[in-house]
Amino acid sequence: MSKKTIITTQNLTRTFGAFTAVDAISFEVYEGEIFGFLGANGAGKTTAMKMLSGLLSPSSGEATVVGCDVYKQAEAIKRQIGYMSQRFSLYEDLTVDENIQLFGSIYGVKKKELADKTEILLDQLEFKDQRKTLVGALPLGWKQKLSFSVAMIHEPRLVFLDEPTGGVDPITRRQFWEMIYAASAKGATIFVTTHYMDEAEYCNRVSIMVDGKIAALDTPKNLKKQFNASDMNDVFLKLASTSKIRAI
Amino acid sequence: MQLILIPFAADFEVKNIHLAVLDWDHSSYSQKIVQRLGASGYFIIKEAPANTEAAQEALDHGRVDMVLEIPQRFERDLVREDEAKILLKADAVNGVKAGLAINYCGQIINQVNNEIRLDFVQFPRFNPMPMLDISTRYWYNPSFNYRHYMAPGILALLLIMVGSIMCALNIVREREIGTMEQMNVTPVKSYQFLLAKLIPFWVIGMMSLTIGLVVCYVVFGLYPLGSYLTIYLYAMVYMVAALGIGQLLASFSDTQQQVTLISFFFMMMFVLLSGLYTSIESMPAWAKYLAWANPVSHFVDVMRSVMLKGSTVTDLLPRMWNLIGFAVLFNALAVMNYRKRAS
Repeated sequence: MSKKTIITTQNLTRTFGAFTAVDAISFEVYEGEIFGFLGANGAGKTTAMKMLSGLLSPSSGEATVVGCDVYKQAEAIKRQIGYMSQRFSLYEDLTVDENIQLFGSIYGVKKKELADKTEILLDQLEFKDQRKTLVGALPLGWKQKLSFSVAMIHEPRLVFLDEPTGGVDPITRRQFWEMIYAASAKGATIFVTTHYMDEAEYCNRVSIMVDGKIAALDTPKNLKKQFNASDMNDVFLKLASTSKIRAI
Repeated sequence: MQLILIPFAADFEVKNIHLAVLDWDHSSYSQKIVQRLGASGYFIIKEAPANTEAAQEALDHGRVDMVLEIPQRFERDLVREDEAKILLKADAVNGVKAGLAINYCGQIINQVNNEIRLDFVQFPRFNPMPMLDISTRYWYNPSFNYRHYMAPGILALLLIMVGSIMCALNIVREREIGTMEQMNVTPVKSYQFLLAKLIPFWVIGMMSLTIGLVVCYVVFGLYPLGSYLTIYLYAMVYMVAALGIGQLLASFSDTQQQVTLISFFFMMMFVLLSGLYTSIESMPAWAKYLAWANPVSHFVDVMRSVMLKGSTVTDLLPRMWNLIGFAVLFNALAVMNYRKRAS
């Protein structure tokens, strides 16, 4: 079965002074898959993600995202992707409604369409009563779900999620992954980083970064076989302990 | 708040000069001079020291600002020799105050002098000596009211503070909390983002100006001799320039502390070179160039001209071109300097 690629990188590198955060990574992400991007803190996940989403210029190497070159067509990439950062970054002093309005309009969602979408979205999130609440007053789990929905408001082909479930309770995490599956079922490609190994099991394919390099990339099943591990946690520990920068 | 306080305090008029009088003569003329000085309202006759040393000591310790010494035989010399000397010593640590104090004192003594001459020069047919009598009128600010002079200028400062500092802080705060990154990953263009920052602060600026003008009227009874429209027209352009500065400052800073320090430095420059406290005409050439490059100086001048002189748009046209130039320049630099992608 031939798969269409949505992200292709060739020796993509980013250095900060003498420090190489991302060291010549080459990989492909296929259209429609849920791609887990794992790695210890400081392994270079966020840096790689920022380069792919056009927030940071690469130092060298090639990368194509949604058919656009990251050097020359960063703005074209931005129109077609969603991005949810590690930090919560909706406007805390705007209400739920206002945030949806703001980001919807920025991505050029039509007024009528946006109004309909907002209703559906608030319904799904069971946020109807909170629509006039300031986002800053919401509990963390709610914020993250809202953040994801806002990142998906323009139905992007590809969405980057940087530790979306960090610090979120297990029930909300499950709900969050249900949302991810729903988006995936509609055809969106999900590029997600996480530190929860049970979440890694939900992904179609998983890559594990160690010291700026991709140390392994395969389906969770194959990875477990390859490293002779009982679960992803084991795989991660075996790989991450090879780090020269920090021993776990 | 600032608008109300500063014009009252920042008053160059020198009042309450503490004066020590050392009168060796005790004549009616010397008494007359002392009386006049006391009655002028500028001087407070503090003490009558016993001798020169005591007077000097009072001056040294700062108890008095000025010593007036009237020598013995002052009246006699004046009558007989047509000439008498008195000594004025002023504490010139504050040069402006000393200069003005001597000036006032000189004027008052001169007045007394003229009256004394009238006393015994009986109706001269011709003035024996041709005399220049300088009469002074303060045009456009007839009562020489410093509050009228300061208030319009302070308004100009108020606008640049709203414009640059508030706007810069707001942008940098977004950078700190991460919403800036979220914006950068959307297809929003740099100029769109900056425009979205510019418009609300521009409106706030116009409201501040309105409040300021109301305060000017209510507190100082000051209303423009020219038209309010002229003021607003210039303020509209000036505010855009001020916001451009704010956005430019923000593009250089990563944290709110940083931007506060940088804008503090620039504000000092803007204030000192604005002509608000010191006149630009008396600055050295290099400072004049700097003042010319300072949008605040142009707007301070516009405000004063319109408020006190009734200048019209056509009178102030060159200022308009300058302000438009600044507005375009600073905003263009800000847009160019705003990077959606870190390099």
